[in-house]
Amino acid sequence: MGSTTETIKLTVGEITVNRKGTGPQLLLLHGGGGSIADHPVVDKLAEKFEVIAPSHPGFNGTKIPDHFDGMPELVHFYLDVLDALDIDNAVLMGISMGGWLAAELASINCARFSKVILVDAVGVKIGGPTDRDIVDVFGIPPDEANKLMYHDPANARDMSTLSDEALAAVAGNRIALGLYTWEPYMHNPKLPQRLHRVTAPTLFLWGESDGLVTTDYGKAYAALIPGAKFVAIPEAGHSPYAEQTEYFVNEVFAFTD
Amino acid sequence: MRTYWFTEDAYHDLPPQDDYESIRVNLPNSNFDPERGHELYNWYLDMWCMAESYGLDLMNNEHHQTATCMVPAAPLMMSILARETSKARLLLLGNPIANRRNPVRVAEEMAMIDVISKGRLDCGFVRGVPYEAAPANRTAHRGSQRMWEAHDMIMKAWTTHDGPFNFEGRWFQSRQINIWPRPYQQPAPPVWVTMGGRSSTTPVAQHKHVGAVFLAGYPRIREIFDGYREDYLKMHGEHAPFDRLAYLGLVFVGETEAKAREGAEKLLWYMSANKVPGYWSNPPGYHPPHIAAQIMKGARGGSGVPLTATLDDQMARGNVFAGTPDQVYEQIKNFWEYSGGFGNMLMMGQAGFVTHEETETSMKLYAKEVFPRLKELEASTTPAEAWEKSKAMEQRDNVPLDGFALEFVR
Repeated sequence: MGSTTETIKLTVGEITVNRKGTGPQLLLLHGGGGSIADHPVVDKLAEKFEVIAPSHPGFNGTKIPDHFDGMPELVHFYLDVLDALDIDNAVLMGISMGGWLAAELASINCARFSKVILVDAVGVKIGGPTDRDIVDVFGIPPDEANKLMYHDPANARDMSTLSDEALAAVAGNRIALGLYTWEPYMHNPKLPQRLHRVTAPTLFLWGESDGLVTTDYGKAYAALIPGAKFVAIPEAGHSPYAEQTEYFVNEVFAFTD
Repeated sequence: MRTYWFTEDAYHDLPPQDDYESIRVNLPNSNFDPERGHELYNWYLDMWCMAESYGLDLMNNEHHQTATCMVPAAPLMMSILARETSKARLLLLGNPIANRRNPVRVAEEMAMIDVISKGRLDCGFVRGVPYEAAPANRTAHRGSQRMWEAHDMIMKAWTTHDGPFNFEGRWFQSRQINIWPRPYQQPAPPVWVTMGGRSSTTPVAQHKHVGAVFLAGYPRIREIFDGYREDYLKMHGEHAPFDRLAYLGLVFVGETEAKAREGAEKLLWYMSANKVPGYWSNPPGYHPPHIAAQIMKGARGGSGVPLTATLDDQMARGNVFAGTPDQVYEQIKNFWEYSGGFGNMLMMGQAGFVTHEETETSMKLYAKEVFPRLKELEASTTPAEAWEKSKAMEQRDNVPLDGFALEFVR
């Protein structure tokens, strides 16, 4: 399916956006691995939606504005992005770190969104101060991370086969992820008190085998949003759209019908 | 020429290296025996006092959550030395101010040490090594910029004497800053900053601060020192005095070459013990993407594999100076001339299992037989002459950099 990519100048910074398909808008906010605009799941979603997939600044080789220190700057930046992209009555889908961003945006103002879908999202603290709700991905070896992130670690990207250039791109995404999530680690302590403002119907889609943020975490997160529905996807880890693409898309279509 | 004697205060009584994943960040402190720690702290303090007795100046530093360095608060060790010593310069290199929450506190601590020691403080500022990002819970992103803003705030706090000011910067904001005490040295204690590449020399030279380079060796020393000298000349219209540059190397002097090599092999513990997995040495934002990618690949250090460069390799690289007094003088002289000259030798004289007796022997031989000749070497030429002579020498690239240099030279 054909897609377009453009870089839009904003008052502060710029955003690179990929678009695919026609239909109602689906704003896809990617996670820490960078844009998934090229992933087959987007082709499937684009059968029903105009999938609008921006790259957060710093990911996929894009620039991080000088004033960015973390997630708060990204959230405010995205208020401009929503204006620039004319987001209206869109399905808002956020994956992992993008799920955190989506939850923040929806809690500020849900008027632009018809539905909200949070996929293995981070962003809140559920347990006590010494509970490690979210595994420190910057403090474990890559193979251990793969075991936690994938139902079948064989589905993980094999970094040893990447060219230097491709590996530098992976490293660049990791740097951006670090900027947005370093402190407080992967969450905003204030977010739980704002989530009641998410008024659009909300679905939590979660890989049942996710070891990075477990289904228990996801269920507790879902309980913070009035009326939110929680669906676990079997035989999938932190990226259920990748490990169970059909299942994932069916759930999305069922929820947005 | 000054020589600052340095030990990193290791806690070296560790289980076999295969039994743990990392010597830094997540090595459980059940491995730290407080009784042994008590002995070691006092032993290291004694060593510094001994160094003063041989006419050397003193350097200390800090790291966190690591057995390579038992001092997570360099100002505490330095404040003890401020009281225990009376002549030596006290170089704290350095305060990791990119990671400190409150620069005003650093300004206060340093002013106190300066006053207690009657103006003997040399105050270093560093960005901090990559392994510090997790313990400090500070993003490594833009660490250098943050360091310089903290520096500006500290300098302003030291040099403002007419009541409170506010500092509201990009990263640090404080109100009613009015430190008590103010520093003993006026207008401020000498400031030292570590330099890791050509891009880091400019602000150091601009402030006429001392630029210190750790273990860059022959492969990189001229890139960095030349950068500083070029910046300094351009900005101030005169050559940088020798005392504006410093080099840290491992030094072991023995009565015979065999004894010296034996001691130097023990000193290499500092490098070989640095078992650190890639994820601690590569926090996001510390290295640019292409270098971060190389570390991810395990191609350059930080891969969990201990660094095993041999003593000969490390000597060829200019990281280690070891031998009889004559040999060590020749080695440092060669490096000194190649580098274009520097006025401060930072002598890592003890590490790991080097004993008190071995440390003292090496320290004494250095102080009595090497150091005086280095002073003569410096006095025999001028910065301009030494730089010209250096430029005429061919670049020595025959010794590749290792991961250690990557992480420590910054």
